[in-house]
Amino acid sequence: MANGNGGPPLVELRNIVKRFGSVIALNGVTMKVHAGEVMCLLGDNGAGKSTLIKTLSGVHQPTSGEILIDGEPVTMYSPRDALDRGIATVYQDLAMIPLMSITRNFFMGREPGGRRAFGRFNVGSANRVAKDEMAKIGIDVRDPSQAVGTLSGGERQCVAIARAVYFGARVLILDEPTSALGVKQASVVLRYIAQARARNLGVIFITHNVHHAYPVGDAFTILNRGRTYGTFRKEEVSREGVLNMMAGGKELEELSAELEEFSRADAATGRTGVAEHAFAEGLHKEAESLHKH
Amino acid sequence: MAATRTATADERVAQTPLARKLMARPELGAVAGAILVFIFFGIVAGGSGLFSAPGIINFLEVSAQLGIIAVAASMLMIGGEFDLSIGSMIGAAGVIIAIPAAQWGWPLWLCVLLAFAIAWLVGYVNGLIVIRSGLPSFIVTLAGLFILRGLTIGFTRLLTGRTQVSGLKDLAAADWLAPVFAGEVGGTVMVWLAHIGVIGTRADGAPAISGIPMSIVWWFGLTAVATYVLLRTRVGNWIFACGGDPGAARNVGVPVAAVKTGLFMFTASAATLFACVQVLDAGSADTTRGLLKEFEAIIAAVIGGCLLTGGYGSAIGASFGALIFGTVQMGIFYTGVNTDWFKVFLGVTMLIAVLFNNYIRRKVTEAR
Repeated sequence: MANGNGGPPLVELRNIVKRFGSVIALNGVTMKVHAGEVMCLLGDNGAGKSTLIKTLSGVHQPTSGEILIDGEPVTMYSPRDALDRGIATVYQDLAMIPLMSITRNFFMGREPGGRRAFGRFNVGSANRVAKDEMAKIGIDVRDPSQAVGTLSGGERQCVAIARAVYFGARVLILDEPTSALGVKQASVVLRYIAQARARNLGVIFITHNVHHAYPVGDAFTILNRGRTYGTFRKEEVSREGVLNMMAGGKELEELSAELEEFSRADAATGRTGVAEHAFAEGLHKEAESLHKH
Repeated sequence: MAATRTATADERVAQTPLARKLMARPELGAVAGAILVFIFFGIVAGGSGLFSAPGIINFLEVSAQLGIIAVAASMLMIGGEFDLSIGSMIGAAGVIIAIPAAQWGWPLWLCVLLAFAIAWLVGYVNGLIVIRSGLPSFIVTLAGLFILRGLTIGFTRLLTGRTQVSGLKDLAAADWLAPVFAGEVGGTVMVWLAHIGVIGTRADGAPAISGIPMSIVWWFGLTAVATYVLLRTRVGNWIFACGGDPGAARNVGVPVAAVKTGLFMFTASAATLFACVQVLDAGSADTTRGLLKEFEAIIAAVIGGCLLTGGYGSAIGASFGALIFGTVQMGIFYTGVNTDWFKVFLGVTMLIAVLFNNYIRRKVTEAR
């Protein structure tokens, strides 16, 4: 289904390098996102995911390399710039203000009332828009003037995503939207990601969790030590394959070998408990002998 | 509450209990408190003249002066900051108006404009330091409290040799701008009200009150404007967002620094308005004017439902907080109880208000 329209990708990164002084955070990242495609960005801690997001959302400017939007090279100087070009980032924790109403959160920073600071905020129509937009994604809000704090974590993420879509986002960057959520909550968000794709948005879905990424992803880009490890289409790679690459294959193999070693040792002593008991006994004796001296 | 159901049923809105809807209003506590205070003094001081026309004007005037700075303080608190330099700004503004007018012969209106200009500068500097340093505004403006008060006393003594400046009464009477702060409105209405017997008359036949003092007009006006701005404009949403979570607000494009700096300038302006009302009405300025007013303003805002952590509160609530103060202060006076007890009342009311607000916040954000 991806790349069905045949046009240029919505967003393309060409050989992006970002240095902070002597630290090389990104060292040649190349990646494409098409409309109607969910690109999963996977990588361990320190792989450069957050630097890449911040570069894409206009917070950082790349040291070298090109960002192309609709095939045109662009330079973005601020988050506002990125927003105006249709790139919206939904941050994991900095998305919502719990004490403010759903409507007020929904319109935060983009209130109705034109450009004037003292323009009128029409609460009635704003409430209707918020309620309708939430209904579109299958979340039935009884009262959009209730505080966001009354929503669950998954629903809050959905409000943030719905807000980005409503204000004209064409590319959604979701920073670990499911990592703090339970299974049920995560599925609400995942369902919405699939819906966003159906509405022909490009989605960049950053996550640690292969079980969340694999069902909704169309392509997987693995980031490792500031470099793209490669982009794989879903047809080309299995769930285990993705997991392997993410954890850096080798470490996983070593870990599984170690685990096998443990289980063999357990089998030899009969039960794990026995070994622990013996160890405790030894400590006790040692302590007693120290007392006597 | 938001279930992922397909069936929509708007009639459920009506099922939200009224009590719960009221609970979600930040000003509920202050309104309830004001009603209680009125009932109490209605019983205790009913015959003492507290609720006669002059009595009402009396406690409204006291409430109005506090209300003017409480409304500004509440907006700043919703925006997530404190201003402890309000009281010192009142003293400073009073002297800034009085010295050039009484000593150097400046026209009064120019002195008033100068006071507002300096207030904006003070507010701007407060905002600048808080934003740039990232320090809590509590500390920054606490420093401001002492610096400003010290400068006021120091300069006044240096320039006049005393700490009080008087002799403004005649100047105020002749100035075109002074009546905006210290005059009265509705004189003819009062004559008519006295004529039909709603309010009493004095021995000479004049109505018992000659008009509504401008301070009360300013208080009502500011409350209305602040409430409109908070609830029905873009800036209002920004103020709530800045107090709720400045990081999140900045990420979605809210100009956090500008909003907060603007609010600091507003509190300093409100303090100057307070000073104008007092100085032009009394005809003199004193360097110790406004002492502890910053705390009274904050207490009124807290009684009015503002959270100390920001992001929640109401300007109407702060006004009701000020009304409670004014009524109790004058009520104690009219009933003949020693006014020393007023401070005890202040502290206890604030404690109850904070406990109540804490409970409300839990209720508001609790899953339904």
